[in-house]
Amino acid sequence: MGREQWQAALRNPVGAVAAGLLVVLAILAVVAPIVWGDAAEETDPAALSQGSTSEHVLGTDTLGRDILLRVLVATRYSLGLALLATAICVVAGVILGVLPAVLGRRAGRLVTAAVNLAVAFPGLLLALFFAVIFGVGARGAVLAIGLAGAPSFARLVQTNVAAVAGRDYVAAARVAGVGRFRLIARHLLPNIGEPLVVNATVMAGTALLSFAGLSFLGLGVQPPAYDWGRLLGEGLDRIYINPAAALAPGVAVIVAGLAFTLLGESIAQVVGVRAVRRRTVPEPAPQEAAVAEAEPDAVLAADDLRVAFPAPGGGWTHPVDGVRLTVRRGETVGIVGESGSGKSLTALAVAQLAPDAAHVTAQRLEVAGVAPLGRTGAEVRELLGTKVAMVFQDPMTSFNPSMRVGRQLAEVTRVHERQGRRAALARAVDRLRTVRVPAPERRAHQYPHEFSGGMRQRAMIAMGLMSTPELIIADEPTTALDVTVQRQVLRLLKDVQADTGAAVVLISHDIAVVAQLCERVVVMYAGRVVEEVPVERLGQAAHPYTRALLASVPDLATDRDRPLATIAGRPPDPADRPEGCAFAPRCEFADDACRVRPGLAAVAPDQRAACWHPRSQPLNLALDAVTGGQA
Amino acid sequence: MTAPVAAPPAPTRTRVPAWAGNPWAGFLLRRLGRLLVSLAVLVTLAFGMIHLIPGDPVRAALGVTAPPDLVDARREALGLNDPLGVQFVDYVRSLFSGDLGVSMTSGVPVSETIGQRLPATASLAVAAFVVVMLAAIPLGLAMAVLTRGGRRRSTELGFTSTSAVVTAIPEFLLAVGLVFVFGVTLGWFPVAGRSDAASYVLPVVALALGPALLMARIVRVEALAVMDEDFVRTARAKRLPPLRVYLRHVFPNALTSTLTIGGLLLSGMIVGTVLVENVFAWPGMGMTIVSSILAKDYPVVQGIVLVYGAAVLLMNLVVDVLLAVADPRSTIREG
Ligand code: SF4
Repeated sequence: MGREQWQAALRNPVGAVAAGLLVVLAILAVVAPIVWGDAAEETDPAALSQGSTSEHVLGTDTLGRDILLRVLVATRYSLGLALLATAICVVAGVILGVLPAVLGRRAGRLVTAAVNLAVAFPGLLLALFFAVIFGVGARGAVLAIGLAGAPSFARLVQTNVAAVAGRDYVAAARVAGVGRFRLIARHLLPNIGEPLVVNATVMAGTALLSFAGLSFLGLGVQPPAYDWGRLLGEGLDRIYINPAAALAPGVAVIVAGLAFTLLGESIAQVVGVRAVRRRTVPEPAPQEAAVAEAEPDAVLAADDLRVAFPAPGGGWTHPVDGVRLTVRRGETVGIVGESGSGKSLTALAVAQLAPDAAHVTAQRLEVAGVAPLGRTGAEVRELLGTKVAMVFQDPMTSFNPSMRVGRQLAEVTRVHERQGRRAALARAVDRLRTVRVPAPERRAHQYPHEFSGGMRQRAMIAMGLMSTPELIIADEPTTALDVTVQRQVLRLLKDVQADTGAAVVLISHDIAVVAQLCERVVVMYAGRVVEEVPVERLGQAAHPYTRALLASVPDLATDRDRPLATIAGRPPDPADRPEGCAFAPRCEFADDACRVRPGLAAVAPDQRAACWHPRSQPLNLALDAVTGGQA
Repeated sequence: MTAPVAAPPAPTRTRVPAWAGNPWAGFLLRRLGRLLVSLAVLVTLAFGMIHLIPGDPVRAALGVTAPPDLVDARREALGLNDPLGVQFVDYVRSLFSGDLGVSMTSGVPVSETIGQRLPATASLAVAAFVVVMLAAIPLGLAMAVLTRGGRRRSTELGFTSTSAVVTAIPEFLLAVGLVFVFGVTLGWFPVAGRSDAASYVLPVVALALGPALLMARIVRVEALAVMDEDFVRTARAKRLPPLRVYLRHVFPNALTSTLTIGGLLLSGMIVGTVLVENVFAWPGMGMTIVSSILAKDYPVVQGIVLVYGAAVLLMNLVVDVLLAVADPRSTIREG
């Protein structure tokens, strides 16, 4: 625990208040018994069991002693006993926690098992148990509370020791022949000091509260001595006569207990302090090109689509930065790019499924004839309803693990078509059969974890088919699957597309996968579209990035003996993109012209590229190898 | 289709009853074994308690002025003069026949006292637990929904800090505060004794308030974590109404940890009744154990410690079994 961290803990308002309270309490503990000690013992026969008077602000007890003074004086005893109990707890806890590391394997296990068993019992039960053994009174209570807290503290020490014991320097010390005890004293304990300090602080608060509890029950401090718990117990009997006699010590206990607990917690939080900044909504960037006229038969039309996220240092980053995308009815379009190119986020934004923190803007966005931006969630659900189906990358995590597959499918029909349970389930079984899940009746009653990966992905597609989607967006649908299953899923997507006439947007990092299924390929880089090209013209790809992607695919390389080309460098961080062409740092054709950002421009019929120096030399690709079945 | 089958066909959950090789049978056996070991340790400790007390417990109970032959007769009656091993065997044997001994002060059998007091304590604990569950789950879910994705920072801060403060206040101090506000000042509810439903209000609230807020915090954090999962995105992609997404997809998957914490809370609440009973003069085991400790009536203390301990252990078992049932992925195989 460094000095800076303490300072940070105190700068946190909660930590500062807690620390301030503790200082006041400490001063009271020292001063109060000296100044008011005698006055608090003074009995006033003329004022027995009084409520608040000018002489006794909080009233008096049965012997006519002043409550306020007694509460103040009790600070020393209450805090002192709590700290003593804490000390016992920490010492016993550290010993128990470290023992497994010192003792042999067997004995160590035994200690761990004993600690685990003890932790299962609530602290108060342990405290009562020990209170019986050590006897009623302050000494017994200190021992009882200290020992009752020891198991959970020991557990904490054990976990921390186990975490540290695996580290290199401990191993090094062991190899160097450092003895066990020295190892613990020099290498283990100092490195787990931080959590222990935090928890000891919190423990002090707990001990204070527990002690008040025992004293309140009459098992702790015995008269004529008194602490807050004792005063509380005495005051409670007369709460109708003088509530302050019970409330004042109660408040004292709570304040002191909270001070310890909150100080501990604010120290613990210091490491993870997050500054909260207010943000303004990002400005849409100036429009670059005129909005292209809408294609009449488009199921998806996006213009200048941007997705912004709050940046850690304030401001916004744009992982999707002005995307133009059109998908015609029944068309199959692939979006390709490395991870981080913004392709998945583009798809999510189009489907109105971007994460909560994202801010989506566009010059124009139309999905299945609906302009979803600016509408409420309910409107979007109503309008898009079942028109857009999604297939996500990881079929393992994309199904609700606690719900049977059939019901997850049927849910769509039940919600959107208000069908009955049975009819909806029947349709689910039917759709599972459509996607060639064997024994669909039985499978519908199983949980997702009982499906294989490929079958799960087919079930996911079946879920999209529960109604009649106009657009199916498949985000890396085959990445998590092995090669044979990949092929089956792709073939299924193709069949579904042919049967339903839905448009398919297939997102993949693998241009070969896209080439197998799609008619048109959209290549994205650093949040923008860099090339659009019909799949049969991939051999004439114009953008250096597209060409590099193609060259890196084993299935497409004609010359198997040459080592595969890889694209050197990494895609730029969205927060830190180069000025002009984002690909320039990795592009072998970059020159001064590339300092200005290139726009998408036609290089051939149906083919557009965003590059100042589009390539025209045909690539030598074995395209038929992958597209053969389709073309 | 040549779909590869993942695992050997998983056992259907409807056929739980034990047969060899059934993971459920193994799980239950292991878990029961652990319970038996814990119970054995508990019994040993309860037995040992009276022997760990420094000095002569009978002398302590009867007072220094008691004549020596009375003390000796009582020691003889309690079997304390026998060898330790014999005493232990006797103790365990009488436990099995339901005999927990006889009170040193009143001469009433301990089992009878417990039989009288247990219902009051149990009804208090169960009522408080039900209140915790009914209050905490909706509150936690609502908070998760309101504060998801870093929205409504001030609501989040208000909720987390209020609940942190209230949770840190022990139940008996809350109880005193409640007595003052609703009993003394407003006079709405009785503050002592167990009679009609109204007498339950304050003790139950005192017992339930802290755990409910703690639980709500846990539910919120868990629900927020689940909301980031892929399958919640799938549910949104199905354009399900938000309420359905939260209730059918988010909550069931946040249930596991809710149950775990709920079980811990319940065992804490069983013992928390001791203090609350003493504030509200509730005629349960908590009142009895405290007065018995003060009166050094060790057989009664022993018996009640056994009951509390066994209740806690049983709770832990129930939670473990519920967890295994709630999780269809059957983590039970790992034990
Ligand atoms: S614009 Fe320049 S840097 Fe960018 S891809 Fe074309 S040639 Fe390379």
